[in-house]
Amino acid sequence: MDILSGLLQGFAVALAPLNLWWCFVGVFLGTVVGVLPGLGPAATIAMLLPLTFQMNPTTALIMLCGIYYGAKYGGSTTAILLNVPGESASVVTCLDGYQMARKGRGGAALGIAAIASFIAGTFGVVALMLVAPPLAKFALSFSSPEYFALMCLGLAMVVLLAGQSMVKALLAMLVGLWIASMGTDLFTARSRFTFGYSEMLDGIDFVVVAIGIFALGEVLGNMETREGEKMLPVPKGLRNLLPTLAELKACRFAFLNGSVIGFLIGVLPGAGSTIASFISYGIEKAVSKHPEKFGTGVPEGVAAPEGANNSETGGALVPLLTLGIPGSGTTAILLAALILWGLKPGPLMIHDNPDLFWGLVASMYVGNVMLLVLNLPLIPLFAQILKLPVYVLYPVIFGISIVGVYSVSGSLFDTWMLAVFGLLGYLMTKLDYPSAPLILGFVLGDSMERALRQSLMMSQGELSILVSRPISAIMLSLAALILLLPLFRKANAWRVKAIVENG
Amino acid sequence: MEGSRFSSGEVVSGAVLAGLGTFIIIEARGWVYVDADGPGPGFFPTWYGIAMVVLSLLLIAGSLRKARAAVQPVKWHEISRALFTWAAFAGSVALLKVLGFMLSFGLLTLFVVAVMYRRPLWTALAVAVGCSLGFYAVFALALDVGLPVGIFGF
Repeated sequence: MDILSGLLQGFAVALAPLNLWWCFVGVFLGTVVGVLPGLGPAATIAMLLPLTFQMNPTTALIMLCGIYYGAKYGGSTTAILLNVPGESASVVTCLDGYQMARKGRGGAALGIAAIASFIAGTFGVVALMLVAPPLAKFALSFSSPEYFALMCLGLAMVVLLAGQSMVKALLAMLVGLWIASMGTDLFTARSRFTFGYSEMLDGIDFVVVAIGIFALGEVLGNMETREGEKMLPVPKGLRNLLPTLAELKACRFAFLNGSVIGFLIGVLPGAGSTIASFISYGIEKAVSKHPEKFGTGVPEGVAAPEGANNSETGGALVPLLTLGIPGSGTTAILLAALILWGLKPGPLMIHDNPDLFWGLVASMYVGNVMLLVLNLPLIPLFAQILKLPVYVLYPVIFGISIVGVYSVSGSLFDTWMLAVFGLLGYLMTKLDYPSAPLILGFVLGDSMERALRQSLMMSQGELSILVSRPISAIMLSLAALILLLPLFRKANAWRVKAIVENG
Repeated sequence: MEGSRFSSGEVVSGAVLAGLGTFIIIEARGWVYVDADGPGPGFFPTWYGIAMVVLSLLLIAGSLRKARAAVQPVKWHEISRALFTWAAFAGSVALLKVLGFMLSFGLLTLFVVAVMYRRPLWTALAVAVGCSLGFYAVFALALDVGLPVGIFGF
């Protein structure tokens, strides 16, 4: 199926009234969670995942992805008006966005953020549509050794950029692998790490771990202090949200820069939208005729990072949908969702589920238009969400977490596990252990072990099979190089700088 | 306690993880490592268990060597707020079987609003009742999602 006919088929799926409605629900919820500091798309998708089990997978994926890219739009609102990023990807938007707001150009900054998000978000979808099918075709030649090597490479990249300490990131990943091992071994039916609980024979449900680590961990961290932030006045009226022609002209390179950099970074596992926005901002500053003005409220300083963090979404979906390899906590949850719905993410996914892939791509075009329409006139309304008292919001998140977990299994044991993982998520944050490697280790652990054992069965126990095949040898070498990077002083200084700037 | 060394957290977490790695290796030794069919259930855990022990020891060693200037003070009052909230959450989970979702969630909300955020009792009661009824309306009635039921039948 060529791209054009695939896209036409996708629009037929995406424009069905039911899918349109859930796309709207997704982007709306995404904008809301993007606006709310302390509640990210990963936590929201994890909490809502159980409610999608009765939905058609295509419709459910359209909604969950709507939350994912919608949050990127919403994140800029708090960054600009509060100097507090709604999510980590908007950290860099604070630099110039908040300064523009202080100068009375907050409306224009919000407008530029929405326009940049639209342009780059659409670019990301176009690139996803063009890159994913050929990559999936290439990956059809992969066997177990290549898959094992690919998962090692993906995990190594996530570990590289997950935290300042690679040792802690690796340890978090190993804990994820351990949790994935709990339950019954699929090859021999031997129970492992069940501690005598029959409830653990099926392993630990992904929803329990994801909600515990992301949602509860985040809320507990936010509840350490009682104070809220002071918000600048919300601009009223559409006219106040429209940037001037001069501002738009100043942003023209930033729109392109953000779009391209965001997508390229998005394809790489581990880098994520925060790094994409920082790199895009850095490039914009480097090529600017007035770099000294960056940080004082220049529109390009808003357009480049906002574009990059939206285009990144399209890039991040490429390895997820074509190779079954997630590059971040949020895409790991989407991968788990696909598996829970009975789908097999990988090279055959586009071929076997054209409605799902092309329907999602088309829905992202539609969703980006919805977001532009929603975000420009409704920013004052979304900003009102910030007035929702946290003492109401946090109990609601606790409640949704309990209901979400209980609705999957109907087991009170799982609600206990939720509490345990909530505490683990909080302690990890406090002790500076990144959560993304744990979630990725947990999601990929089962497939990784299976691929390794199948590889060794193929070679009758010879480990050399992993390095005697060219593709797996290259990928394993790259993974080893990545893990050895901290030993090279200059390279490690760059890595640490990127993470420190990430916040 | 303000001013305790943050690096002690690394030493403690490193020790816990080293212990976990050792436990994993010991458990995995009880399972088949490799047989005629290929690697057994003990193969993968043995290797990540070993990696966990080695990395934990590296973390502890690195932490002990860390310069004094690099370590941060621990804000115990903030941590205790979060841990109190977690304890309340765990308590409400424990009460689910007896009181059901509506009551235990209502009590958790009451605690968060009245104790953690120091709002007036009437406000806390209104939020708790409103949230419980809201959840019942949205999940049990509108979405037909089963909520944990207690001895009172709801």
